[in-house]
Amino acid sequence: MEKFTGKVWVLGDDIDTDIIIPTEYLALKTVDDMKPYAFSPLRPELAGQIQPGDIIVAGKNFGCGSSREQAPEVIKALGIRAVIAKSYARIFFRNSINNGLLLIENEDLRDAVSEGDTIEVTVGESVSCNGKSYAISSLPENLLDILNAGGLVKAMRKLNGLED
Amino acid sequence: MGMTIAEKIVARAAKVDCVKAGDIHTVELDRLLSNDGTTHLTIDMYNNLKNPHIADVSKLVWIVDHNVPSDCPKTAASHKKMRDFAKANGITYYEGKGVCHQIMMENHVVPGELIFGADSHTCAYGALGAFGTGVGCTDYLYGMVTGHSWVLVPETIRFNLTGKLPEGSTARDLILTIIGRIGANGANYKAMEFVGEGMKTLNMSDRISICNLCVEAGAKTALMEVDDIAMDYLKEHGREPKACFKSDEDAVFAAQYDVDLSEIVPIVAKPHFVDNVVPAKESLGVRIDEAFLGSCNNGRLEDLRLGASIIKGKKVAPHVRFLVVPASNAVYQAALEEGIIDTFMEAGAIVMNANCSVCWGSCQGVIGEGEVLISTGTRNFKGRAGHRDSFVYLGSAATVTASAIKGEICTADLL
Amino acid sequence: MGATLIEKIVRKNTGNAAAKAGDIVTVNVDRVMIHDIFIPFVADKFEEMGFSKIWDPDKAVLIYDHLVPASQVDDTRHFRKGDAFAEKYGMKNVHHSDGICHQLMTEAGYVKPGNIVFGTDSHTTTYGSVGAFSTGIGYTEMASILGTGKLWIRVPETIRVNINGTLPANVTSKDIILTLLGDLGADGATYKSLEFAGDTVENMSVASRMTISNMAIEAGAKCGLFSPDEKTAQYCEMELTDNEKDLYGDEDAVYSRVINYRAEDFVPVMACPSQVDNIRPTTELEGTEIDQVFIGSCTNGRLEDLQTAAAVLKGKKVAPFVKLIITPASRKIYRQALADGTLKILSEAGAMITHPGCGLCCGRAGGILTDGERVVATNNRNFLGRMGTSKVEIYLASPKTAAACAVAGKIVTP
Repeated sequence: MEKFTGKVWVLGDDIDTDIIIPTEYLALKTVDDMKPYAFSPLRPELAGQIQPGDIIVAGKNFGCGSSREQAPEVIKALGIRAVIAKSYARIFFRNSINNGLLLIENEDLRDAVSEGDTIEVTVGESVSCNGKSYAISSLPENLLDILNAGGLVKAMRKLNGLED
Repeated sequence: MGMTIAEKIVARAAKVDCVKAGDIHTVELDRLLSNDGTTHLTIDMYNNLKNPHIADVSKLVWIVDHNVPSDCPKTAASHKKMRDFAKANGITYYEGKGVCHQIMMENHVVPGELIFGADSHTCAYGALGAFGTGVGCTDYLYGMVTGHSWVLVPETIRFNLTGKLPEGSTARDLILTIIGRIGANGANYKAMEFVGEGMKTLNMSDRISICNLCVEAGAKTALMEVDDIAMDYLKEHGREPKACFKSDEDAVFAAQYDVDLSEIVPIVAKPHFVDNVVPAKESLGVRIDEAFLGSCNNGRLEDLRLGASIIKGKKVAPHVRFLVVPASNAVYQAALEEGIIDTFMEAGAIVMNANCSVCWGSCQGVIGEGEVLISTGTRNFKGRAGHRDSFVYLGSAATVTASAIKGEICTADLL
Repeated sequence: MGATLIEKIVRKNTGNAAAKAGDIVTVNVDRVMIHDIFIPFVADKFEEMGFSKIWDPDKAVLIYDHLVPASQVDDTRHFRKGDAFAEKYGMKNVHHSDGICHQLMTEAGYVKPGNIVFGTDSHTTTYGSVGAFSTGIGYTEMASILGTGKLWIRVPETIRVNINGTLPANVTSKDIILTLLGDLGADGATYKSLEFAGDTVENMSVASRMTISNMAIEAGAKCGLFSPDEKTAQYCEMELTDNEKDLYGDEDAVYSRVINYRAEDFVPVMACPSQVDNIRPTTELEGTEIDQVFIGSCTNGRLEDLQTAAAVLKGKKVAPFVKLIITPASRKIYRQALADGTLKILSEAGAMITHPGCGLCCGRAGGILTDGERVVATNNRNFLGRMGTSKVEIYLASPKTAAACAVAGKIVTP
């Protein structure tokens, strides 16, 4: 199973899509242009601090709000390896899978981890943090198909005979 | 020696019997207008004064009109600063009620007054025989604190109007023609005075439109005599004149022009200067992305009525955004009553709340890279309406509406 | 065993008479909606995926609303890109400035009872008000639907909400959905279908139902459904066939939860900053000073909302130094409100009336606020920074409450 470690940024409950990327910046031309404004209503400095490979750990209902796909895209563009939250809003969840952003659901980790901790993730199995291990589940099969294809765009390219 | 209207108003404000062009006089200001373009800067300077006070709060009128409703937190902060200050100091305050000059004409301006406005188009008030002139916020602050200021008495260029505008031509075409004739600096530091038989054929809306645009020829102010038409307007709005002036027979003018209204044709000012004017017929066929009917220059009931008469039963071209923005809530309400607003809505126009809109160009209906706007606004400077690489043509309410329908520059008679 | 309303819609759509909550099924899409903010992204993804034609161009609707009128210099790029895409692929259903997407989809007849509809906007749940299954998706999935006409969904479990009785005079459907959000929590219906029933709901106009369906997403719901009835038929300008008449949740269907309300128990409420489920009765908030009131949006910008506000504001003035911004939800509504004198009353009271569009609700223009300002708004979200800086306080309320607050200059109970 795929394993990785990363430094943790800790966020609260109900991190909505307007926090992840405010509407004001949605018409910027590329997701890269939007990066500096990610999470700006809540923590304006955060986007500048995140390093590739970092992990976001959050509370319940992460990604609630609008259907803006820039939300998972901007998180991915910042280099976040995975988001681990108590729960996710459904549109955000679908959008993340379609863009190949790894989402992990876990009820307990959020309250056990501190910002700056380094955690180890074994995809589909567990997360280790401060010497303790937390079980995580794997995704349903139809979602794994999309993830394994490399996201929905690639899956559709295959359908259209543009990729093997 | 005789005096011009401009000289007489300055003499009155300076409390002297006689002034002449070129003199510098200390004057008592009758009224001070400021809007959200710069008031926040004025307040900052005011708060840094050692002994801040307001000479006569009853003379101040503050109007939020440029970015309304607010488009971003920065704008909102400017508005809040202005609102809080007005509230704390008891200043007459309007927000979202319309474009400042229209509100001033509807509610405040009185013949004979000398008015400073922290906005260049303050010269519009000449339509009611008042000396209105635009100033920066430092001059404004001085006037606000002391009640006084100094003025260099301007020379006057006189325009003697004869005849009557032909069907299809408007006062807007007239003033664009004049600006084209004398150039964008043709009246620098000077007053432009409009007199003659032709004035009788111009209603108040026409007159405001003419005076308003004089700053585009560099004029310090624009002035007209207070005749029955002006007095009727004043009475309708429940006000009395302070003083009604005419230039004396023997007054000295820097120049005099005769303008035959019957020769005026529909005009457009091409990018990127107001004096870059040609007959609209020479610009036919230029594809447009947006059309704007509104502003302190051409957003009055008469302008909307003219546009509505042209678009009634027709549609805005599919690729065109046609913004219609009444100059004030009073204009909007009258246009609602007359069915004008519904005509525009039926035709597919975008009807916004009364404000400066894309004439100011910083937030509402801004145009993108390479796009073309035809506008009844005041200016067509490069980047004025949005992207730095965009193009603004100025035209009359009739030409703008006809162009919105056709999707390219077009005059109403060619539809 | 009976079926829930969503199960019935899915069964009719897929022909799979056994489809039930928890199943993953592929549905045939009846209609899609794309709005101006996302069309450039949809267009890019669509071509990147390698599609050369839209599965059924007449089933796609493109609506410009978030950026109307444009407030930033690059905004019009979205219109140009959208127009070019529509032209290239033969999409005829394009609205350039006719109002908010969710209003237009039912108002212009694009959505009918029993349809399955997806939109690139979370408030796509609105069409549940006419008995359609509709929900928001991202632009990548939208691009794949444009190519295939299909999408996989997990059939959601259903929370049934029964409301019976007569609402107090100062309560509107907005107060109902806000109260429900408070009771459920912002994630209380995640992945689930909300199904509304009871005589209160039956007596409600379609416009009022739209408010409820619209905000179902704020509890995380996938959809918020009402059974189509005669009111629906009238609104959709159609006659209901047996197929549509059968679209109700069976008594013996499996519900994950049933919530019962007595209409008489509702009171005017507000969602306080900065969560939609932070619900309090207005009586507890009375006296809180406000700077602005916004009446509009796909939640509450309909004719009955404007009429309600006008009834409160008639002959009165907005409080000094308070702004009232009114944005009708569509061109049709604007013209109806113009014809019946509603706009005149509102303008005379001092309101700024803007062109129909998303306006302030989506936070791009139309009345953005700054630090320390407080707004009472009839739209659907009060998230941190949604209408300006993170130090703006947003209180969500019904149009009736909002109008009363505008006159008072502070929070009051209507």
